[in-house]
Amino acid sequence: MTSDATRRTIIRDGVAVGIATGAYGISFGAISVAAGFSVLQTCALSLLVFTGASQFALVGVVASGGAALSGALTALLLSTRNTLYGLRLAPLLAWTGGRRAAAAHLVIDESTAMSVTRESRDEARIGFLATGIAVFALWNLATLGGALAGEALGDPSTYGLDAAVGAAFLALLWPRLRDRDNRLAALLAVALALVLVPVTAAGVPVLAAGLVALGVGLLTSKDVDSTEIPDRDDLPSGGEHE
Amino acid sequence: MMWAAIVLTAVGAYLFKLAGLSIPGAVLEHPLVHRIADLMPVALLSALVAVQVFTDGPELALDARAAGLAVAVVALLLRAPFIVVVLVAALTAGILRML
Repeated sequence: MTSDATRRTIIRDGVAVGIATGAYGISFGAISVAAGFSVLQTCALSLLVFTGASQFALVGVVASGGAALSGALTALLLSTRNTLYGLRLAPLLAWTGGRRAAAAHLVIDESTAMSVTRESRDEARIGFLATGIAVFALWNLATLGGALAGEALGDPSTYGLDAAVGAAFLALLWPRLRDRDNRLAALLAVALALVLVPVTAAGVPVLAAGLVALGVGLLTSKDVDSTEIPDRDDLPSGGEHE
Repeated sequence: MMWAAIVLTAVGAYLFKLAGLSIPGAVLEHPLVHRIADLMPVALLSALVAVQVFTDGPELALDARAAGLAVAVVALLLRAPFIVVVLVAALTAGILRML
């Protein structure tokens, strides 16, 4: 059983993470309105899509003149990582039916990070729910606040709000640039996107950069081949790879 | 069109989340799948930065947004929080345009 003290600590940590993501929510709300989405559409994105980087991607593509559909496809490509989070969470949380369907909406970076490190199912569930609910509440409140502020500010270029979009993407990307292969992928993606901008429809260059992820993944896969040998210590139990 | 994109993204994003909780783990446990999934946000976010900052319609451009991005890099190197990074980039571009 989980003691009350442990439970309180886990919940407190989850709420702290939720408050921290509020800052992202304000930026998202303001940027989304600057990109041409209404306040209602902006709030619908945070309520219904509820996965930050994908939401930023959709409004970012639209802000740079891309078709809303290319924005949606880019957002969906970015959201595939939530599937992998779900795979790790499923045996830990072990929910079925309606609970699983409801929990799925809360599968994001933060709730996963605050759940997979726990030592028992009980703690994992508390960490997942506390973080997921806190982030959901504050992300949506902050989105509304940011959207209303963005609307009051008016023309985005006057205040440099358009420059804020690039900075927001860079800040989301920054922690991942410590890895050498990731830096290579980043450089190639930038180069490919800029080469394609003059010759393709807006939105296509970003989608095409997804191919860089495929290419770099395949080319550097020798690094991970060794882990494909079954029975190694670092594999999860039951790691069948063929 | 905006609403269609919003609904498509919402439904798709939810199904990706639900799939992870529902399908047997072994199906997607190949290391290459994880590798590409890790690289995907890096490639897409990098391309988004480039397109957002260095293009104007179908043309390449170098303007106040690039200065904003440079200041954002400095803020990130100084470990500034997200909201500060975004604000200093916006302020830099805004001030440069007023000059």
